[in-house]
Amino acid sequence: MPTATAHSSPLPEPVSGTSHRRPLLNALGRGLVRFILSVQGLGAFALISLGVLVTNFGVARNVIHPLTLQQTFRAGVRLLPLALFLSMALGFVVIGQTVALLNRVGAQQLLGTVMVTVVVRELGPLLAAMLVLSRVGTATVVELGTARALGEVEALEVLGIDPIHYFVVPRFAGMAAGLFALTVYLILGALLSGYLWAFLQDVPLLPSDYFRQLATNLSWLDFFLLAAKTAGFGSVIGLVSCFHGLAQPLSLNEVSGATVRAVGQSIVLCVLLEALFIVVYLVA
Amino acid sequence: MLDLTPPAPPGTPVVEMRDVVVTSLRHPDEVMLQNVNWTVAAGEFWTVAGLLRSGKSDLLALAAGIMSPASGSYHLFGNELTAGFEHERMALQLRLGLVFDGGQLLHHLTLEHNIALPLRYHLGDAKANVEPRVRELLEFTELSRWAHRLPNQVNRNWQQRIGLARALALKPELLLLDTPLTGLDPKDAAWWTDTVSALAAGHPVVDGHRLTLVVTADSLEPWRQRATHFAVVRERQFIALGPPERWPARNEPWLEELLPTSKRNH
Repeated sequence: MPTATAHSSPLPEPVSGTSHRRPLLNALGRGLVRFILSVQGLGAFALISLGVLVTNFGVARNVIHPLTLQQTFRAGVRLLPLALFLSMALGFVVIGQTVALLNRVGAQQLLGTVMVTVVVRELGPLLAAMLVLSRVGTATVVELGTARALGEVEALEVLGIDPIHYFVVPRFAGMAAGLFALTVYLILGALLSGYLWAFLQDVPLLPSDYFRQLATNLSWLDFFLLAAKTAGFGSVIGLVSCFHGLAQPLSLNEVSGATVRAVGQSIVLCVLLEALFIVVYLVA
Repeated sequence: MLDLTPPAPPGTPVVEMRDVVVTSLRHPDEVMLQNVNWTVAAGEFWTVAGLLRSGKSDLLALAAGIMSPASGSYHLFGNELTAGFEHERMALQLRLGLVFDGGQLLHHLTLEHNIALPLRYHLGDAKANVEPRVRELLEFTELSRWAHRLPNQVNRNWQQRIGLARALALKPELLLLDTPLTGLDPKDAAWWTDTVSALAAGHPVVDGHRLTLVVTADSLEPWRQRATHFAVVRERQFIALGPPERWPARNEPWLEELLPTSKRNH
């Protein structure tokens, strides 16, 4: 790193490019180490959380169940208006772009195939995940980071309450269940709005034909993988946001940085999970 | 469900630290106290005094089992405390209560729900178990009227009172209080000293059992006539002082900081 002394020195700058590359290499190295440590910490946190979920299953139901319902409601119901708005937009975008093309080649019967492939299998779950991440995941990091900074984790420990059980398990389970519900609403909304937009564009397609096309293209594997994918996205977002809010001591001014990291890592992990499911679809 | 253990008989060691090194709760690499050798027996009332950042809150956090000693051994109720959150450890933890400086209440719960939380978590949701106890503790803190408020809607002193009620909810044997008199006016300070003394003597809110007490303080004076044992933390050392009549007679500067000479010689 150049210093004030180096700038004022009469000596010429080194000719070799090595010194110019070093800060870049250092930054890359630091980034890599930080990434590895983060993955390691996240993995350990996920295992601990799953362990607590299993071993404390049924413990203090009267406290944990309402919290889980609250989180499910937050991710699955309170986001419903925005999810419906997005579903209308999604139906419009997909139909708007494909109808003209399909009309040109006389392949309206493929409209259902396109909707199942694009909306049900790919965009629906991913869009719902991004919605939950932006509205619930970020709020979770802020809430838990604040609780951590204010010493509430220590307060729970002294009361004999496992902070993972109280703070993480309801959010983890609630986000997975809520995201599944939200994805179902979003997909249904997009499929319905898709037909609406097709109707408005005078596509000669009866509702019965459209829904028959959808039903023909859907298989049991779609339902199973949709459930698995949304639960996976919800778990990833829940764990990553809880990890960044809770797993390390934070001061209040560090909460915003933790939130940014949680968003970045959640997106990367969700996309990786999405890629894994694409492979499963291709193999199946 | 709560596993009730019979209380330790008077005189039995409750807290035993041997050559313990205490680190900072917030900065675990920073050593606050070294070679702490301290035994608190059941029924004793200790005051541990020290200046700001002397490590008294960290000592209390370690005594409460929130963190482990960097080295040395710590036995709570005769059992060595290990790191992590385990069921055996939880059973020990339920026998003590800690009142944090400022209360450290859960900010999303109302005052009454903060008190009810340990009861609901450990005893179940039976209203017959929880509601009367919460009412009793609210009356004890004289804050029944504000039961439905959130912590940030009441002042720091009241938050700390609710912290006391929450710590007493499960009727602990050992009560640790972290600087309860900080920033209080004389009336509120008197409430705290009277209440803590009553708890030491056996208050109805804990079924008349004499609690074992450890109070940390910035000054020894308010507790001089109340506590039975005294200690000071300074320069990373834990120094047991014994009863007031055995305190150093000469004007030690460090004792002067914690107790004005005029008052010490009375």
